Amino acid sequence: MKVTRRQFVTFTGGGVAAFTMTYAAPEFISQLALAQGAHVRNLVILYLSGGNDSLSMLIPYNDPFYYSRRPTLAVPAGQVLQVGTDASRVALGLHPRLTGLKQIFDQGRLALIQRTGYPNQSRSHFEGVDIWSTANPANAAGLGWVGRYLDALPSPVDALVGWNTTASMPHVLQSAQTPVPAIASPSGYAFSSPNSGAEATAERTSAVRIASHVPVDRPELAFVYGSTQGALATLDRVATVATYDGSLTGTANYPANNGFAQALKAVAGAMVRGIGTRVFYVTTGGFDTHSAQNVVQTNGAYYGLMGTINDGLLAFYNDLRNQGLLDDTLVLSFSEFGRRISENGSSGTDHGSASVMMAMGGRVNGGLYGTAPNLNTDPKNPTLENAAGDVAFETDFRSVYARVADNWLGTDSVGLLGANFRKSSLAFV
Amino acid sequence: MHTQQNAAGGRRDDYRLSPRETRITRRSDRHVEHLLRRAGCGARPDELDFYGDMSIAEAVDTLVDFDQINTDVDSLIGQPGYAGITAGGAFSPRTVIGDARQRWLFRLVHTDRPLQEKMTLFWHHHFATGYNKLANALGTTEGARYLTAKPSEDPGGVRGQLEMLRGNALGNFRDILTAIAKDPAMLYWLDGVTNTKARPQENFGREIMELFTVGVGHYTEPDVYAAARVFSGWNVQRIGSGDAAHLEFIYNAAQHETTAKTFSFPIYADGTPTIPSRAAAGGMQDGLDLINALAGNPNTARYLATKLYRFFVSEFGAPDPAFVNSIASVYLQSGYDMKAVMRELLNSRQFWDPGNAFARYSWPVEFLVRALKDVGWTGFSVSSALTPLANMGQTLYEPPDVSGWRLGKAWFSTSAMLARMNFAAQLATNQKFNIAARAKAAAAGQSPDTLLAFFQRELVTAPLDSGVVAELSTYLRATGAWTGSDAQLQAKGSGLVHLLSGSAEYQLV
Repeated sequence: MKVTRRQFVTFTGGGVAAFTMTYAAPEFISQLALAQGAHVRNLVILYLSGGNDSLSMLIPYNDPFYYSRRPTLAVPAGQVLQVGTDASRVALGLHPRLTGLKQIFDQGRLALIQRTGYPNQSRSHFEGVDIWSTANPANAAGLGWVGRYLDALPSPVDALVGWNTTASMPHVLQSAQTPVPAIASPSGYAFSSPNSGAEATAERTSAVRIASHVPVDRPELAFVYGSTQGALATLDRVATVATYDGSLTGTANYPANNGFAQALKAVAGAMVRGIGTRVFYVTTGGFDTHSAQNVVQTNGAYYGLMGTINDGLLAFYNDLRNQGLLDDTLVLSFSEFGRRISENGSSGTDHGSASVMMAMGGRVNGGLYGTAPNLNTDPKNPTLENAAGDVAFETDFRSVYARVADNWLGTDSVGLLGANFRKSSLAFV
Repeated sequence: MHTQQNAAGGRRDDYRLSPRETRITRRSDRHVEHLLRRAGCGARPDELDFYGDMSIAEAVDTLVDFDQINTDVDSLIGQPGYAGITAGGAFSPRTVIGDARQRWLFRLVHTDRPLQEKMTLFWHHHFATGYNKLANALGTTEGARYLTAKPSEDPGGVRGQLEMLRGNALGNFRDILTAIAKDPAMLYWLDGVTNTKARPQENFGREIMELFTVGVGHYTEPDVYAAARVFSGWNVQRIGSGDAAHLEFIYNAAQHETTAKTFSFPIYADGTPTIPSRAAAGGMQDGLDLINALAGNPNTARYLATKLYRFFVSEFGAPDPAFVNSIASVYLQSGYDMKAVMRELLNSRQFWDPGNAFARYSWPVEFLVRALKDVGWTGFSVSSALTPLANMGQTLYEPPDVSGWRLGKAWFSTSAMLARMNFAAQLATNQKFNIAARAKAAAAGQSPDTLLAFFQRELVTAPLDSGVVAELSTYLRATGAWTGSDAQLQAKGSGLVHLLSGSAEYQLV
């Protein structure tokens, strides 16, 4: 029985706002749109896994408590890359390894949104990721907020509308009916057979035909059919990305030993080849720096983390700029929590609360958003919580998502997020 | 089937099965196959024969009382007739993590104690500890050692974490928890080695509650801080010299924080939530008291029962709360005896409910080992399974983080599913001649449909819809007239095995 898997569904009564036609369009429409010079809007979700110590990334280098509370971890004021002062007149600097992000910031294409979080922020990695993924602290077991967005796209939705660059499915992309293919490596994304020639072709034909018999009466099994179908339907287009080499564009240099940069190269390749993908997911880990965090040492753990994101994002930025795709792209980062302000006995930092989100792209209004925490240990310090142990949130992360939904994805954030989280001062895009 | 006859009952006794009266035939014996898909990773032909002669209760007892079976599976490594291993130099699973991965896969295929290996896999997920962090801290050799070494092969007598868990696979949960808290690999993995009096380290204190025992929602942030102080001073020391030099647990009283610690849940039998202030010399008792309290907490009982239900009974739909409570009661009443828990679970009506057959998404390791058992292993080296497993999303000794792997649907991203299909192709390629010989020996090559019927019996899947069976039949007829020649059996047999073991239905167990 051949079944049409997709049906138009409106999400939580919020209605579906007018989408530009390219969002869910099959490949040929998007290529047509590109040929006509139409802009598309790509969203790249970046997850910094483990809980990013944003106080080491965006540093209040004139705050004496920063130094007294982090005797082995603080970056000397003379080494930070100064990015000016925020609305509360706190002078801030980027981690010294973030020279590329500093360039992008100076070009006005990087927004740093300070003290993002939510009330009673979870210090659990897993619950935290679920909350950031669903945008629902009250019930974090549901679908991902990006997955819900994809579910609300008018059908038919292309099988490659999303591209997850990891091998497993992140919660943020979990959807009811829009499986996002996981394509960790475009070159390994191919159909194998024990035979060759006509026999192999017959096998692939059979696999495709079998996958069309979705057992709708067995939803758990049907889910696996969806994965098989998704793989078989996207193999050929993905193969065109496998040959993409960012070095063709001259200044883009994706370091070979940086897996995060390589994932971004595949993302850029998908955009350049115009295969129709609009939502991408990339991640880089190692941020759970409980011990030996080594922020300052050039071979240290956190220094390396900064190198990974800096080199990846800079190559991606340059590549997209050279390809004329920068204005079509928004990168949005999140992490499950920031870290404790005072360092622990292991020269590391334990799980904390509010953190910094980044938004990067050709249409981003760069700069510093929100205000930095004052790190004074006074328990009444309003910018801190947990007896001045953690950074208190100032901007609900859902307000950031709302801005992206309303002003970038062209959907209704109230419907997508289930409530009005709009905050007009967050005009980063 | 009698499982259905029992289905209406509500009495406690009805959760158990009566002995199976008859043995059905090999490869159609649904009971044995179901039992071994769950209590093991599928069944080799000799396992089907062995368990097929038993009643269900006998089979469950044989699986649970595995210490009665004395075969040393490791002694079979390198012997003819078994799956191969491929080592860069001398095979050294004690010091080379890739060799350790091969050894575990070999054990999973060839063990005569399938439930011991299955539970070890369960505990590896539950107490998920990753090699990379250890290797970064201690070097690659030592990183492998504290996860995988057997005391009998280690000059210092080190028992790696997974060997400890294998030895305790159906042991007492409080003992397992105590051993994990003292385990050198865990002490590095969750930073216990840096937990000091002046600067308590929260990582282990948090996860022992969130992931190992009571679960989210049953502890508070102050509990985390208190637990960190409880375990301050739990550390390692290096003893011995030369090859025998190794790390061993030590309680370092000088680094123990001695003030009282109060929790949001009872610590002692009288309901007291406070661990009293103790002199540093006796402060290790703090941790033992907390472990005792956590092991006996009813939330731990339910958390474990739910996790076991999902691993052994069904991942589809919510678990029956009454059943979870009944398993939790056995856990508590038996004094945390996992043998009693598993005997109860494997004899339960829920386990045998036909509605729960094929109601789990296989883990990559389960899928891969089962495929080897079904398709064949002669001439196959388990080393060639390591990259495919990584592509499917499961590398042994390298769970993605302390919460283990993301299970169920999360195993089935498109690339992970493609990796399963491609492993099915790889194995069918490797076994092409064996597949054809097997079909020929069974006289299954007379027609496309006899071949299809044969391999549907050999590779048991969740039921295939008639439309799917018709597609497979079409495939067998696709490239020319049927002759049943050896060449055709190789081509079509391997293609069919690829399609069947790479099917969605085969991924359910």
